[in-house]
Amino acid sequence: MDLGRWLQVLVDNSHILRRVMYVLLAGLVVADLIIPSAYDRFPWESWGGFGALYGFAACIVIIAVAKALGYLLVYRGEDYYDE
Amino acid sequence: MNDVLHPSLLLFLGAAVVPLLRGRLQQAWMLLLPAAVIVAVFSLSQGTAGSMTLFGVDLLLMRIDALSLVFAYIFAIITMIGALFALQVKDSTQHVAALAYAGSALGVVFAGDLITLYVFWELMVFSSVWLIWCRRNPTSMAAGFRYLIVHALGGVVLLAGIILNVLDTGSVAFDKISPESAGFYLILIGFMVNAAVPPLHAWLTDAYPEATVTGAIFLSALTTKTAVYTLMRGFPGTELLVGFGVVMALYGVTYAVLANDMRRLLAYHIVSQVGYMVAGVGMGTIMALNGSAAHAFTHILYKALLFMGAGAVIHMTGRSKLTDLGGLYRYMPATLLLYLIGSLSISAFPLTSGFVSKTMVLEAAALDQRALVWLLLSLVSVGTFISTVLKIPWFAFFGRDSGLKPQEVPWNMLLAMGIAAFLCLYIGVAPGWLYSVMPEPVEYNAYTPGHVLWELQLLLFAGVAFFMLLKFVGGERKITLDTDWLYRWLLPRVVTVAHRVLQRLWGGLLSGLMARLRWLVETVNRHHGPQGILARTWPTGSMVLWVAVMLAASLLVYYF
Repeated sequence: MDLGRWLQVLVDNSHILRRVMYVLLAGLVVADLIIPSAYDRFPWESWGGFGALYGFAACIVIIAVAKALGYLLVYRGEDYYDE
Repeated sequence: MNDVLHPSLLLFLGAAVVPLLRGRLQQAWMLLLPAAVIVAVFSLSQGTAGSMTLFGVDLLLMRIDALSLVFAYIFAIITMIGALFALQVKDSTQHVAALAYAGSALGVVFAGDLITLYVFWELMVFSSVWLIWCRRNPTSMAAGFRYLIVHALGGVVLLAGIILNVLDTGSVAFDKISPESAGFYLILIGFMVNAAVPPLHAWLTDAYPEATVTGAIFLSALTTKTAVYTLMRGFPGTELLVGFGVVMALYGVTYAVLANDMRRLLAYHIVSQVGYMVAGVGMGTIMALNGSAAHAFTHILYKALLFMGAGAVIHMTGRSKLTDLGGLYRYMPATLLLYLIGSLSISAFPLTSGFVSKTMVLEAAALDQRALVWLLLSLVSVGTFISTVLKIPWFAFFGRDSGLKPQEVPWNMLLAMGIAAFLCLYIGVAPGWLYSVMPEPVEYNAYTPGHVLWELQLLLFAGVAFFMLLKFVGGERKITLDTDWLYRWLLPRVVTVAHRVLQRLWGGLLSGLMARLRWLVETVNRHHGPQGILARTWPTGSMVLWVAVMLAASLLVYYF
């Protein structure tokens, strides 16, 4: 079994993989819109596709907040503590 | 029940034998001993053992109940996996330290009283620090000393709390600590230091990335999780911990986005994941406590797997920074795939172990109608996914080709990762066994369409955003300041300035004193010195004159 070669095939066909992912993502949202949620503890649990929106937004928020924190406050050169 | 073999004793005695053995014999011992510990722990039945009275204090070495067994099981399993991963290491010091460390952690988990707990608590510190020092470079030496000092201070706070609590209650038994007890907050702080709750967490993210490749596996598993155990035992339902837990979880993922060193990124994710457990302890409901215990169990497995994956890369390439790596998928594909299983588990991807445990904590928040906690912890899941599933694999294994052509790691390292990965998947697919060993009966089903659809959408769409922002998310050749800045940068400078000021004050005081002394010496010199009036020699004639005057005076007195 040559795992490396198998991975290489996947990498070489990444454009196909990407299309498969898009279909999968769309399918997920459609499924969430169709399948009724069994939960009603919070209002958003019954909003179809809210998870997709929240995940997408959360990713941007985390990266933006972290990078802002880094550049404004906590990033330092690698030899900061060495002097 | 007093004839039970304490697993810690087994580990301590076994560790003492290690330096006497060499080569294959030592390797065989390093596999046999953890295997014996697994047998010893899994054959325990609930009850108490090893109770004794020492100097009038009732000690209980082994309290075996559902809660202590959850942690004992996973500690025994991870000791086996860690020992297998470290099998090719020829450094006896590391082996002894790792075994003694595991023994101490088990000692804490079984301790039925606060004195026994404290002794094992300190033994953990003094055994684990060798796993950092054994990397044998100046950076790890310094990080090890900082680790030691922080834990020593935490230990003092804990001890003070224990003493106050014992004086207050008159008992050393370790159960739920009463909020009215004088020692409540001190004990809580002592536990929170080891649980790496910000701002007391920096010892972890400072030291773990500097530990040896194999030592980090034990470190990632034991210290923080014993602290989670002690919090579950002593502080369930402490509302304060919900806030701390959520902040921890957010703090860890935020810093992980900035990290460049793979193991520092993963260390921040320990802080983040322990945040879920601490929040669960704070909520204190049956669902929440089960969730915390289950998450501690699965966390130890997937976090060890992640540290093994990153450690494997460091072991083979000697590099740990994402900016120095890339394109390794062709050369270390097995490591990559096993690492990915760990990273999907930590992100709570369906069919992995994190999904069946982390969602329990979220479910507990939902049942309690804690909307903000639920939303923020979901946000943290996204952060975990983008850092561990996407960032490390993309920048270390894919991405820009670094030109490195490492070999795959030795078989024992792959096997250790394989066992951990198998357990991650097995628990994820069939969570029944995990749920059956939880402290309370579990009434929870992770695999409802609602949970699965929510989690998949959340993570996969976060992935879309990640790749859109790809040029902003790579590692940067920078370090990040954290609260360790206070004692690594600020404190030395405060001490230097204080030293300078004190030196000047002292100098001023001394020269002031010298001036007074000089004046005194000069005055004495003036009066008694060679030229002084009191030191002048008097002529003999004047003496005779004065004697004559005195004699005349006495004659006169006598006559009248």
